[in-house]
This record gives sequence, C-alpha cells and structure tokens, in this order.
Amino acid sequence: MTNAKDDTLWMSGNEAIALGAWEAGVKVASGYPGTPSTEILENLCRYDGVYSEWAPNEKVGLEVAIGASFAGARALATMKHVGVNVAADPLFTASYTGVGGGLVLVTADDPEMHSSQNEQDNRNYAFAAKLPMLEPSDPMEAKEMLKAAYELSEEYDTPAMLRITTRVAHVKGVVSPGEKLPPKVEIGIAKVPAKLVMLPSLAKKRREVLEERMGRLRGLAEVSPFNRIEDGDRKRGFIASGVSYLYVREAFPEAAVLKLGICWPLPEKKIREFAAMVDELYVVEELDPFLETHIKAMGIGCHGKDLIPAIGELNTAIVRNAIDPAGRRESFAPVDLPPRPPNMCAGCPHRGIFFNLSRMKVFVSGDIGCYTLGFLPPLSSMDACVCMGASVPIAHGMAKALGEGAHSKVVSIIGDSTFVHSGITGLINTVYNNSASTLIILDNRITAMTGQQPNPASGQTIMGEPAHALDLEGLCRAVGVRHVYTVNPHDVPETRKVLKEAVELSEPSVVISRAPCVLLPEMKARKPVSYFTNQENCVGCMACIRLGCPAISWTAFEEGEAELRGYKKSQKGVSKIDEIVCNDCGQCASLCKFNAITRKEA
Amino acid sequence: MEANGNILFSGVGGQGILLASEITAYSLLAAGFDAKKSEVHGMAQRGGSVTAQLRYGKKVWSPLIEPGCADIQVAFEMMEAVRYLPMLHAGSTVIVNTQRILPPAVATGQTAYPENVLDHLSSRNIRVVPVDAFDLARAVGEVRTANVVMVGALSAFLPVDTAVFAEVIGTRVPERFRDVNLKAFEAGRQAGW
Ligand SMILES: Cc1ncc(C[n+]2csc(CCOP(=O)(O)OP(=O)(O)O)c2C)c(N)n1
Ligand code: SF4
Ligand code: SF4
Repeated sequence: MTNAKDDTLWMSGNEAIALGAWEAGVKVASGYPGTPSTEILENLCRYDGVYSEWAPNEKVGLEVAIGASFAGARALATMKHVGVNVAADPLFTASYTGVGGGLVLVTADDPEMHSSQNEQDNRNYAFAAKLPMLEPSDPMEAKEMLKAAYELSEEYDTPAMLRITTRVAHVKGVVSPGEKLPPKVEIGIAKVPAKLVMLPSLAKKRREVLEERMGRLRGLAEVSPFNRIEDGDRKRGFIASGVSYLYVREAFPEAAVLKLGICWPLPEKKIREFAAMVDELYVVEELDPFLETHIKAMGIGCHGKDLIPAIGELNTAIVRNAIDPAGRRESFAPVDLPPRPPNMCAGCPHRGIFFNLSRMKVFVSGDIGCYTLGFLPPLSSMDACVCMGASVPIAHGMAKALGEGAHSKVVSIIGDSTFVHSGITGLINTVYNNSASTLIILDNRITAMTGQQPNPASGQTIMGEPAHALDLEGLCRAVGVRHVYTVNPHDVPETRKVLKEAVELSEPSVVISRAPCVLLPEMKARKPVSYFTNQENCVGCMACIRLGCPAISWTAFEEGEAELRGYKKSQKGVSKIDEIVCNDCGQCASLCKFNAITRKEA
Repeated sequence: MEANGNILFSGVGGQGILLASEITAYSLLAAGFDAKKSEVHGMAQRGGSVTAQLRYGKKVWSPLIEPGCADIQVAFEMMEAVRYLPMLHAGSTVIVNTQRILPPAVATGQTAYPENVLDHLSSRNIRVVPVDAFDLARAVGEVRTANVVMVGALSAFLPVDTAVFAEVIGTRVPERFRDVNLKAFEAGRQAGW
C-alpha cells in the first residue's frame, strides 16, 4: 500500500478492503486464512486502532465478530468461499439477531478453483440467510462497498456480506484513500434478550423482522448508486455484477448495461425498467445462474446460461464469443510441453512422510494443505481429500465399513492448522467409537499453504506476539489416544519404523511429525549448508530421486557412457543435487545406502 | 509505441516475477497510465508455473488479458515462454530469460526438456529477445537481481522514460540493494535493445 502517484494508491482488492475496514472504523476483525481472502487480515493487522486475529476456523472467526458487534464495535470476518460453509451456522442466526455495531462478512470466492477444492457460488448464501450482499468489480469499489456495507448494516440492523472473487482479491488497481466514518453505535454492554437470545419463541418474532427488513432492503436496492443503468446502444442490454461487469464493458463498450453492485436483494423495478429499454436482455455472471434465476422468476425473459458458461471464470473473450460468435478472435493452439505442477519445497518436512506412505500398503485419507501435494507423482500417496478436517472421520468410516482388522489398512493425515481447524472432533469420535486407525499430524509449526500464517499451535499471534502454543501430544492424550508418537520426518527410515508400529496397533494412535516449514523466517535465516552428491559413489539406484525433491535431478547415461565414466556397465545414470536449491533436510542422505550423499559444511 | 498494451509475465514460482511486475506497474502509473494487474496466489506458487498479467492504457476495464492479445511476454524460463503461446499473437514480443528449470518429469528422468523450444515462437512470427538474465545479474554482482535485469530488457519496449524506471526502482528496493539493482536494470536494458 504505497503511493502510485499523487494521492492515489496501487493496491490489490484485499489491501483495499483492509484500508476500507480501517476507514470504516472497524475495531475487531477475525477470520481464518484461505485463498483468495488471506491478505485482508494480513494487511489490516498493521493498521492502528484495529484488533485483528487469526481464529482456529471460520465459525469461530465469525462468532468473534458477532460478539464484537453485540458490544457495539464495527466488526469484520474474512474467509474463503468454503469457509462460509464452516461459518454458516452462526451466519444464519446472526441474520435473526441483527447487529450492534456494523458487522460484515467478506466471502472470497474462487471461480476456476485456482486454489480451492470446489467453486461454489456464495451469492446463494445471501439468498439463503436473508442477508444483503454487495459485489465489487475492482479494488477501488471493494473499498467503497465495504464502507457502505457498514453503514447499511447499522441502518438496517443486519449483518452484511461482501462477495469478492479471485479477480478482485488478487487484482491490483488504482485506489484513492477516503474519509474515516465516524462511529454511530456506542461501545458497551446492552442487554436486549428479545433480539439476542434466539430460542424459538423469540426467534419467531425475529423471523418476521427479517421479512420486513428484506422489504426495506429491496427499496434501498432500487435507489442505491451501486445499482446503476449505464445507457448506450439498446440493441443488446447487459445485466452484470462483480468482475463480469468489466468483461461486458470491454467486450461490448457501446452497449447499455445495468450494473448491480448490490447483488442481493435485487431491484425489481429497476430491472424491469432496464429490460423494457433494451431489445434483447443478457445476464452475464460467473458460476451459477443466480441473477438469471431471480430475474426469470420476476417473469422477465433473458439470455444467461444458455450462452454463458456456468463452469470456471469468465473473461472478455468468453463473454464476446458466447454472445457474438462472429466477433471471435483466433489464437494459437497450445504446444504440448512437460507440465510444471506445483511441488513441495526442497527440504519440506512433509515429503519424508509421504515417501514412507508410498511404500506402505495403506489407503491414505488425506486433508488440505501443502501436504495435499503428496498426491502428485512420484510420491502419489494420497487417496482421498474432501474438505478441511475430513481426513480423520473418513478413515474412521472406512474402517467401520471394512470391518475387522481394517484399521491397519487406512491411515489419515492432516496438517497442524487443519487439525486445530476441524480435525480434533473427528479424533474424539475415532476414540469414542472404538476405532483403531492411525492419524498422522504434520506439525510444521505454521499454516503454510496460504503463506505461513501462525495458528494456535505456533506459539504466536497474527502480530507475531508470543502466545500459548497448543500442546498437540497432550491434547491427543487428553481425548483418549494412548499411543502418541513424535517423529522427526527428515529421518526417513526411523520414521518408517514408528509408522509401521503405530499402524499395526489395535488401539487408536497418533504420529506427530514435527519439523518446521522451510519458508519460516527462522529457517530462511539459517546459514546456507547443503547436501551434495559424491557422484563417484552413486550407483544409480534412484532411491533419492523417488523423493521428488526439486533439488535432486537425474542425469541419464548415453550408450556406453557408464563404463567410460568408471561405473558398472548396467548403471543407467547418476543423481545430482543442486546445492543452491537444497534446503538441508537430509532426507535423501538418510535414504542413500552408498554414502553418495553427504552434508557439506559451510 | 502504443498508448495501451498487455504484458504477460511468466515463469516458475520463486523467480521474483511479482517484484518485476510491480516495478513495471509503478513505472507505467508514474508515466500517467491507468493499469490493472492480476496474480494468482496459493497453490500455484509452490514451484509451479506462474503468471502475472499487467494491462495499461488510458482506462483499463478487465484485469485479464484476452487469449491472443498479449503484446509482450516477459518469460523467466524458456519452456514457460512457450507454455502461454495461446496468449500471444503474430507480432508479439517475447523477452525470454535463457534459463532452463527442469520440471519434475524431466528432473526424474521420465522425459526430456524439449529441444529448441523457442522455435515454436519464432516460427509463428513472434519476436524473441533472448536475455541471459542470470549471467548479467552475476556480472553486476548479485544473482538475485535477475528479475530486475528482465525489467530492464522490458523497459526498452515500453513508452516510459528510463528515468521513471530508475526512480521507481530507487523507491521499491531496500536501500542497500539499490545500486546493484539499478546496474541490473541498465544491463537488462542494453540487452533488450
Ligand atoms: C474451510 C476452509 N478454510 C480454509 C481453507 C484454505 N486452506 C486450505 S489448507 C489450509 C491450511 C493448511 O495448513 P496446515 O494444515 O497446517 O498444512 P500446511 O499447509 O502447513 O502443510 C487452509 C487455510 C480451506 N480449504 N477450507
Ligand atoms: S511452504 Fe512449507 S509446508 Fe509448504 S511445501 Fe514448502 S516447506 Fe512444505
Ligand atoms: S537434503 Fe536432499 S532431500 Fe533435502 S532438500 Fe537437500 S537435496 Fe532435497
């Protein structure tokens, strides 16, 4: 967030939302990391006067924000789209209680699944939870809409949602700073049980308030400047919101457009007025036919998903080609190249564990994090991955279905952050219901996948302040696991012995793999020491190659080259370590039986 | 020189593409253009193929470059220069760092790194500007400035004064690396001409 020129800033959508939260006078912000939402709190925590935190999961994050709102503060909760599933329970009832201080939930959706396990369209949540939702098109609008959402939240006594997508969150654009909003609600304890205690008799009354509030919000949608008709060529008229609006403006610069900045509730009158103005009406939206369905329910005919793809992101070309195939522009066909998938870092502690799993005949019930990359070759050792925390109950369910003895055929594997997020209850269930499967907890001290955010087991807060570090071994014992092992994953053979022992047990067991993520600052600050190959000792057994470490590569011999270089005639090639890339974990050395890999002291 | 343009940065996670695209964006803004830039974070960064898309002009709507509409590609790795061929058009310019980073299937010996991979570009009337960014960065005394070398080469193709780039580099990189980065920029610019 630095000056682009004059008084304008060059910011990503997420940085702009953080600035917007500060300008809106947000006092308390909580959430859980998740692409593409993470940078909102990472930036907001640097502003003065705002309390920010990472919660263990999204439900807790939203509940913290609800509490702060009840105490009169403007509060923010941030999460990725699937995080809203986790937070849905408090969300639906916070809609009934309404707010004290303004309360906004930012949902960051990921059409195209750049970094997600599904591409759900969270506009549906606004409809289902009966909440207003704003949808910006770019960083500047994201900031303005967040501020407007706070005003709306307080005026209409409702939580509000701001929906962004990857192409708003991670797009940089020009942003101008604005005025700070003065507070409207006093901070303090207000006892209003009729509003805040949602037992059936009281909730029934609030249910009616909800309907009445939605009516008033519809009125607001009719007059809000965020919902505007941009007149133009009326042969084709477009209705769009969010980033789709930008694609429409670029593909059809002359056309009339109704831009819906408030995507729920919809301004029925304005939509009718616009539909009447234009010859042919097109609704352009990413993912679900959300606007289209509700517009058709008004009895207004329009094109939508009959032309526009429902899968993945849109862009200008997709929109143009769908509506005006004659305007299609040709482009070169792709060339067939070896793929370059993401890979765990050189020296990643997860690699050793997956190497061992790849050599054990077990079904690996996996979870989400950097370690999901253990699915890819050459390790290829993850057999299922559904959502955060699911690894543990899925292994338990499989073991119960498979029956007697199956506990040694299924193991679950989960990261530290994911275990705290939603793995603990699964483990409690495994113990409670007399299962015997093995859980591996990959404790790399941090939430790595999303860019190294601290979590309750890391011993520090979002601000880097010291905090209690959850005792994972103690916790596992406390829930009734009698066999808890801790291993150093970099010692691959030793770890294998422990894994074998744990898997054979007929009682639940947990193996905690403890070694820090190599991208942690303290790991990066280490003096550069690396491993190297004594190539004269290498017999070409490929034991180290099978680790899939990006620092290790294979050089195949040409016909006759082995003998020429003094190796056995049958040797196929040699292994080599790139010492600049190597991160000094020693896993390859622990596997090499020929003393061909040794540590190079600085 | 055009008053608007689309620049695609491509490479492998960890090569410093983001800084390079930031310096370029700030320079275009300082020269009076509107700009938008798209990046993808998260899973895509773990050593995989990465891109950043930068668009500039009087007014930029979409943050994404249309297929076939990238005027310049700044590729930090040779194979990555070719991976995004569908984004280019005949007459595009590709500034490519002549470095090879082996993808897993090549490193583990299952397949070979494609030979003469840049021919896919030149045979389609795409102008290839090879830059040995590592060598130039090493020559100025800091291998980690390879990304700024690439910005220097790119600057030769943009309607922005060198002085503007120099000023932006001056404010974007930590003081103690300033001189070496300016040298890297200059070396890259020479290579771009
Ligand atoms: C409900 C939900 N929230 C957030 C995410 C995004 N996310 C995926 S994995 C992950 C955490 C990974 O941390 P950890 O379990 O410690 O594994 P690591 O990446 O460190 O290996 C996050 C935040 C998600 N997929 N689902
Ligand atoms: S960021 Fe950390 S946890 Fe993730 S792959 Fe790299 S070393 Fe492993
Ligand atoms: S020690 Fe071996 S496995 Fe570990 S990072 Fe270095 S080359 Fe890779």
